[in-house]
Amino acid sequence: MNDILFYSLIVLGVLGGILAVILYIVAQKFKVEENPLIDEVEASLSGANCGGCGFAGCRAFAEACVKSAHDKNNLSGLNCTSSDMSKVAAVLGLTVEAAEPTIAVVRCNGTCENAPKKTHYEGADICAFAHTLYAGGSGCPNACLGLGDCVKKCAFDAIHIDKEKGIAVVDEDKCVGCGTCSKACPRGIIEIRPKGKNNRRVYVDCVNIEKGAITMKNCKIGSIGCQKCLKECPFEAIEMRGTLAYINADKCKLCRKCVDVCPRGSILAVNFPPRKPKVEVTESVNNESKE
Amino acid sequence: MNPKKTFPKGGVHPEENKLSSDQPIITFPIPKQVIIPLGQCLGAPAEAIVKKGDEVKVGQLIGVAKGFISANVHSSVSGKVTKVDEIMDHTGYRKPAIFIDVEGDEWLEGIDTSDKLVGEITLSREEIINRVKDHGIVGMGGATFPTNVKLSIPKDKKAEFVVINAAECEPYLTCDNRLLLEKPNEFLVGVKILMKAVDAPKAIIGIEVNKIEAAELLDKIIKGDEYFDGIEVQPLQTKYPQGGEKQLIKACTGREVPSGKLPIETGCVVVNVASTYAIYEAVQKNKPLISRVVTVTGKSVKKPSNFLVRIGTSSTELIEAAGGLPENITNIINGGPMMGKSVSVSEFPVIKGTSGILMMTDKEAQPREKSNCLRCGKCINACPMGLEPFLLCRMSKNNMFDGTEANNIMDCIECGSCEFTCPANIPLLDYIRYGKNKTGQIIRSRNQK
Repeated sequence: MNDILFYSLIVLGVLGGILAVILYIVAQKFKVEENPLIDEVEASLSGANCGGCGFAGCRAFAEACVKSAHDKNNLSGLNCTSSDMSKVAAVLGLTVEAAEPTIAVVRCNGTCENAPKKTHYEGADICAFAHTLYAGGSGCPNACLGLGDCVKKCAFDAIHIDKEKGIAVVDEDKCVGCGTCSKACPRGIIEIRPKGKNNRRVYVDCVNIEKGAITMKNCKIGSIGCQKCLKECPFEAIEMRGTLAYINADKCKLCRKCVDVCPRGSILAVNFPPRKPKVEVTESVNNESKE
Repeated sequence: MNPKKTFPKGGVHPEENKLSSDQPIITFPIPKQVIIPLGQCLGAPAEAIVKKGDEVKVGQLIGVAKGFISANVHSSVSGKVTKVDEIMDHTGYRKPAIFIDVEGDEWLEGIDTSDKLVGEITLSREEIINRVKDHGIVGMGGATFPTNVKLSIPKDKKAEFVVINAAECEPYLTCDNRLLLEKPNEFLVGVKILMKAVDAPKAIIGIEVNKIEAAELLDKIIKGDEYFDGIEVQPLQTKYPQGGEKQLIKACTGREVPSGKLPIETGCVVVNVASTYAIYEAVQKNKPLISRVVTVTGKSVKKPSNFLVRIGTSSTELIEAAGGLPENITNIINGGPMMGKSVSVSEFPVIKGTSGILMMTDKEAQPREKSNCLRCGKCINACPMGLEPFLLCRMSKNNMFDGTEANNIMDCIECGSCEFTCPANIPLLDYIRYGKNKTGQIIRSRNQK
């Protein structure tokens, strides 16, 4: 009995030793040299693998950053929306100009109040599937279906379906503008826009391309393509894309004239302080002049 | 008659509810206006060849098929085209359609409008197929696949059987049953035409035993006339989905269609009853597909009826004629309860594939509460194709389309037996349809490369 134990220990021990030596030699011979900076850059990224940068994941983006820094000595064309690019640049001994932050905007305001539901959907909770089945509860074929394909895809927990409104709502603090939700939406409602000065934005809160008469039946705020905003804009920031007005964020000076002129209330201005009521101002001026 | 047969695996037996099976077919009066959608078949919609202000006659061609899988559209009334515009179909999306205001009932020359039976088939094989194509005949069971494509058999294949789908396994629907009872001779001549068109020596009419009256009638006529030799009536067990193409072939001939292949692989061509009757009218009477039998039914409907309707008639007129919309109706279904689709707009035109309009009250349609999968395996037992619906559902939900393909999601016939039997009320079919759609897209784009 002891013999068996003794011999097996010897054989296995020797065998283990030989294999270890072989493995060591192979590992040395086929060693892949990897820049340790890649690990450091990856550590400075958010690690969400959201794909907003256009690469397969955070690791691939880190590799691209290190390569760009080595070859061109800059980080042009590389931007991670979900983490601080200055940290990445610091790791690589470079400096970058902060890119303009972006945010996802849900361009539909077909809430339960604005666009009352006429039909009730009982089926799989996938927008992409419901989209193939019917136009939507309100009848608008461009409206948010509210089943949350975007919510399932978001890596930052930044978009949710508001139960009372019945549409997707973006959490401004959490959203990094990576664009994953935009790709997930079967109706292309979600747009990635610059965050804007002081987080203020003006945009058309509707993507409807239906005719006016049909839109009026479906939704209180749906765009009817009347082009009033187009004529009103002093900066030529508004263009017509088909029958739908689009506000170019680069040209827009946030004057909000289009918001006032829109007969449907389709244009939304967010994060502006409340305006002082105009009537009171004129009255007080009149009073002063009388006095 | 032969002893009754069935397909071997799976299937369910929902309540039959054939409320209108005793109601004779009523010819519906011609409406004041018809709206004829251009997309009435599976595949590309037809292209309009009339414009606003044109005078049209009954049977005149108004839409030309565009592409291989597409069908012609004919005017079902005579009158003036008021506009060529878009209309909301039952999904709520807008689809191109032709609006015609009715003036009189003037038929195009060359169409035989009499009821006289024409038994002798004078046209040749190619002429029959061309006639079927020109007259816009599609599968009228609901799938609306152009029939001429089905009849054009590839050169290396040989058709041995024409299988007629008279199973009508959908609960509530009775339009095919009534057609068999009221026009059996015309129907059988239609079968003869099909046999000639595909050069098949035999035809089998698969019919569920809950329509034994029709089966016996057909059997009597066939036995009494040498002209109908080669046609056989095959009673089938009342089980859903007995009328599924693959299930019907298996039940009638014992052959199994290979995965991903068409029925012609087994030497069978499957045609629906209504389509067979339409083929008879097209070939013998030169009449395009401009009307069909529609069952308007529901448990609370006053007069469940079968109407012979011109294509393009509004659904609301049919509902009015069946005794009006009953109270507490929450769900209107275009088609039967198993395969039909709920409509999201109450007014939609009857098209070639509209086999029934079913109304359900809030109690009947009440959605049951969904819960998590119990892993009971009922869906696997119910699946007539031998798939694993729970697995396909879960994979589709998580966008694992390589897995769905490996598990043969493309073989799903979307019969809904799994969802019907599920004790947890999971919308299995919805998820599977989504997965099937996506997987199909991936396969197609891969094949294109």
